[in-house]
Amino acid sequence: MKNMTPILKRELGGYFNSPIAYIFITVFLGLSGWLFFKTFFIVGEASLRMFFGILPWVFLFFIPAITMRLWAEEKKSGTMELLMTFPVTDAEAVLGKYFASLLFLVMSLVLSFIIPIFVALLGDPDPGQIVGGYVGAVLMGGAFLAIGLFISSLTENQIVAFIVSVVFVFGLFILGEDFVLFGIPDWLVPVFSFIGLGGHYDSISRGVIDSRDVIYYVSVIVFFLYLNVKSIEHRK
Amino acid sequence: MIEVRHLSKRFGRTVAVNDVSFDVRKGEVLGFLGPNGAGKTTTMRILTCYLTPDSGSAAVAGYDVFDDSLEVRRRVGYLPESAPLYQDMDVTSYLKFVAELRGIPREDRKRRIDAMVEVCGLGSVIGRGVGELSKGYKQRVGLAQTLIHDPEFLILDEPTTGLDPSQIIEIRELIKEIGKERTVILSTHILPEVEATCSRVIIISEGSLVASGTPEELNSAAGGEDAIHASIRGEIAAVEAALGAMPGVRSVAASPGEEGFSTFTIKVADGAGMGEAVFRTAVQNGWTINELRRQALSLEDIFLRLTTQDPGNGGEE
Repeated sequence: MKNMTPILKRELGGYFNSPIAYIFITVFLGLSGWLFFKTFFIVGEASLRMFFGILPWVFLFFIPAITMRLWAEEKKSGTMELLMTFPVTDAEAVLGKYFASLLFLVMSLVLSFIIPIFVALLGDPDPGQIVGGYVGAVLMGGAFLAIGLFISSLTENQIVAFIVSVVFVFGLFILGEDFVLFGIPDWLVPVFSFIGLGGHYDSISRGVIDSRDVIYYVSVIVFFLYLNVKSIEHRK
Repeated sequence: MIEVRHLSKRFGRTVAVNDVSFDVRKGEVLGFLGPNGAGKTTTMRILTCYLTPDSGSAAVAGYDVFDDSLEVRRRVGYLPESAPLYQDMDVTSYLKFVAELRGIPREDRKRRIDAMVEVCGLGSVIGRGVGELSKGYKQRVGLAQTLIHDPEFLILDEPTTGLDPSQIIEIRELIKEIGKERTVILSTHILPEVEATCSRVIIISEGSLVASGTPEELNSAAGGEDAIHASIRGEIAAVEAALGAMPGVRSVAASPGEEGFSTFTIKVADGAGMGEAVFRTAVQNGWTINELRRQALSLEDIFLRLTTQDPGNGGEE
């Protein structure tokens, strides 16, 4: 795993060397902040529940935008051939890219601390819920990233990678929603509500960190990273 | 030492490489020749572990490309076709990235990068973004990247495509220079390049090996035919008849030139002494000669002859 670090550094640099990172972070903070404060003053409650409630919907577009270029660009520009003929294992390449995107997400989330700080100045929000919310955001975001990264490895077109990721993540997200659960046979209900990305997030974002939810997200991440290694191998 | 044995690779129903075997000895610069789509790139990608063969085997320095892929990749420097680079990096950080991936110890990296900048003539573009470089400089950055870990083996896929003539000469000189103590495989479809840089040539067509040897060996293998070019003033039909009647002449082709001179290309089995015979024939007939030269079969002719033979003869299966 020694060669994971240079790849991680390169990918992270790739975000910050171009305007991408700054645009992403601005849009992310602007959008989530605006959506939050729009209702915050109307509700008049010093709670971040609304913030963590809208985060999945912001992630739905924000995260595929982070992952879309990671493999698609390598394939399009031919640098994939370069990268995979360096003494780097497929797993190192996949993990290097994954952790670069995860680090970028964590940085964006750290910058969004302004929002809880602002709320804390106005009132007295529940710190447990904020911590839980951020842990949940990293776990859910991490799962979205693994999915987006995998989908990026299937195409050389970034736009295709973006759209397919959004659709796929959206599908996985609403799988556990009530209106889907009503429409399916009873025996499928527990399966769907377990697979659905959203249900696991709700409890964490309330500040309850349940090991089942953590295991769920970690399994999703591992599963899609594994698929990613397989899809990289598939070129051979 | 690179050993390739019965290598085959197909993509769907297309056979890209079909039962190719060859060796590259230490210190050799091997020219890998073939028309576009002949399987050169696929073979090189297998040798650099980007692709795996369907059947057959390939080994670099004794390491199998499939079983010991990382060992092979450590020893090989590879320049893919059209030298892809990370456009969003600058030259120095790109070379640093490659040096790090290549496992060059931290304390040696700066020295190696400086050496590469020197060897590849990158001094003037050192801090520039890779994306803004001209084609020639991108190619040089590609070469620098290929050489940075001082590999024993170099695999260069069409290293001079897209360059202007003076850049081509520079890159060829560079390859010759670095090829002195390394084993190099160089693919191209530009024939003078092979004559200029390679000690041995392999010709591949439609996925199969059609010839292998030094340029001289290939010449005799292809039928060893010479040609005499003569510019003679005289009546074309009469000159043609007289030249065609000489012993050892296979064919005569004429094309009219200026001031009454016509150029005749006389194909002969063996060029030795034929120039003199042509001269004597001309003198006997009272014709004036203003040019007379012998031309051995060029690699170009050999190449065309070997790669355009009818498929029943070797191309498929």
